[in-house]
Amino acid sequence: MKWHKTRKGQQAIVIVCFVTVPLLLLMLFTYIPFGQMVQYSFFKMNYLTPPDKREFVGFKNYIDVFTRDDCFKALKLSAYYCVGALFQLALALFLATILSFKVKGGNVFKGMMFFPYLISGIAIGFIFKFFYTRGFVFDSILQMIGFDLENLPYWLKDQRVNNWSLVATSVWRYFGQNMVLFIGAIMSVDAELYEAASLDGANKLQQFRHIILPSIKTIVTLNVILSITGSLSAFEPPYVITGGGNGTGTYFVIMNEIAHVTQKVGLASAMAVVLLIIIFVCTILQKAFFKYVFRDADSTDESYSAKKARKSRMRLGRKESGR
Amino acid sequence: MKIINAVKKQIFNILKYFFLIFFALVAVVPVVSCVFTAFKTADEYQTTSVITPPSNWLNFDNFVKAFQTANMGRAFLNSLIVMVFVLAVSVIVGTQLAYVLNRFEFLGNKLIRNLFLFASLLPSIAMQVSVYKIMSSLELVNHLYGYIIMMCGTDVISIYIFIQFMENISPSLDESAIIDGASYFQIYWKIIRPLLRPAVVTSCILKGVAVYNEYYCANLYLMDKRIRTISTSLYTFVGPMGSQYNLICAGVLISLFPALVVFILCQKQIYSGITAGAVKG
Repeated sequence: MKWHKTRKGQQAIVIVCFVTVPLLLLMLFTYIPFGQMVQYSFFKMNYLTPPDKREFVGFKNYIDVFTRDDCFKALKLSAYYCVGALFQLALALFLATILSFKVKGGNVFKGMMFFPYLISGIAIGFIFKFFYTRGFVFDSILQMIGFDLENLPYWLKDQRVNNWSLVATSVWRYFGQNMVLFIGAIMSVDAELYEAASLDGANKLQQFRHIILPSIKTIVTLNVILSITGSLSAFEPPYVITGGGNGTGTYFVIMNEIAHVTQKVGLASAMAVVLLIIIFVCTILQKAFFKYVFRDADSTDESYSAKKARKSRMRLGRKESGR
Repeated sequence: MKIINAVKKQIFNILKYFFLIFFALVAVVPVVSCVFTAFKTADEYQTTSVITPPSNWLNFDNFVKAFQTANMGRAFLNSLIVMVFVLAVSVIVGTQLAYVLNRFEFLGNKLIRNLFLFASLLPSIAMQVSVYKIMSSLELVNHLYGYIIMMCGTDVISIYIFIQFMENISPSLDESAIIDGASYFQIYWKIIRPLLRPAVVTSCILKGVAVYNEYYCANLYLMDKRIRTISTSLYTFVGPMGSQYNLICAGVLISLFPALVVFILCQKQIYSGITAGAVKG
């Protein structure tokens, strides 16, 4: 029998055929640029500098990232987005819980809150430029409920509020998506548990604390961690709404400008590498944290199933006494 | 006691709907104000408040004008071309990769999975600093096909959806096909591919929306006006037209109309896709 006719040979052929293209694309657009980025970060160069003219500068770019005013300040801005993201998760969880109970028109509410997620970033930019402009939508609404235009700040110019305005757009865009995610997780909880709980006279708050929360703990933690890394790479709201002006330039906005406008590719690469390192550290911490949570979850799971068994036993008992 | 309970229940009900209505309004008002403005004539826009409805709901002048100034017909065509190719390639390549990774134990299987997992951690905007250099040295900048190739290469989520779905397709199907004398290619084509169809639909919708809305790379790599996609065509309104919001709102609404239609038709798949993509990722 020839080699390529054997089962193993056939497997090898199909593996090579099906793996080559995706791996090639992955190398070309992810790993080669990744390697180059690390390399560039040690040079002073722009996009057109020929390789032999690049000036090796050692760690100067990295030192610049932490000492240049614009870069470091930008990193601090992510705190705003982090707060926003945590608020967004809490809001999504709250709404998901409400929607998981019987609600008239629940699907309509869900759809309305989810739809912003499907709008392109640039369209959102225009919508919110319009929304926040002096005397336009937001101001008109606030005036309607009794605010005086004189006392309202310029939402996109005033440095005391403009970052919050931008964070709000990001919350607006993603809370519905988070909510759908949580609803999915809540729905996967055994419906019998709710029945048993309400038979036992548990109110909604107790149901939330003892049934919903434990069973979606994993996905909530995962999203909390994702939102922390996500807020470090906040980009779209400031990029499309203010262009990074008036102190709203987040790390990526500044990096984009340094890379593609002033073309300091070395410095931009160093910025990217620094952020990647931060993200890796977060991911590793996340892994460690998960190990900790799961170790904990084993014990709670036990009492959890014990509780469930107890509840069903009680229900049975009640049925029997009723007979 | 009963009365108190009934009152409690009623209050809970009222609060429940209050919050739902409030946040639904929060989600909708910015878009609705755009709809109002898009139907207003220039005069009306100047003189009325932005939150008063337009006098004539059939005034489509702004839409026509926005469509023409931003050359949105061409942009729709470009977006369609990009979507068709990117979706086709990512479905074919993605299902094939998922098939191989899920069904065969081979040296490097784990490595390939980890390479893709690691890639999903890299924020794509940061990567563009050096991807740009590669794109320009391969002369892919400012060509629609260059953008298409790049968009095919940065796809991780749909591979996850496929692999996850593959785990629920019983390997005994493959084995009985092998006994019947089918080759692995035939198994992929005749058994796996049709069974993966629901996952393909889900990933196409998610990926389709993402590609349709992508503008950072489109802006970076498609400078020429003729090859603008829908999202970058909106840039026409930046600058001199920056304050004609009745026109801008019309343009924005045109651009999000297809997403709205897809959303209304495929709500279920979109929701399930989001849940599926998130659990694994």
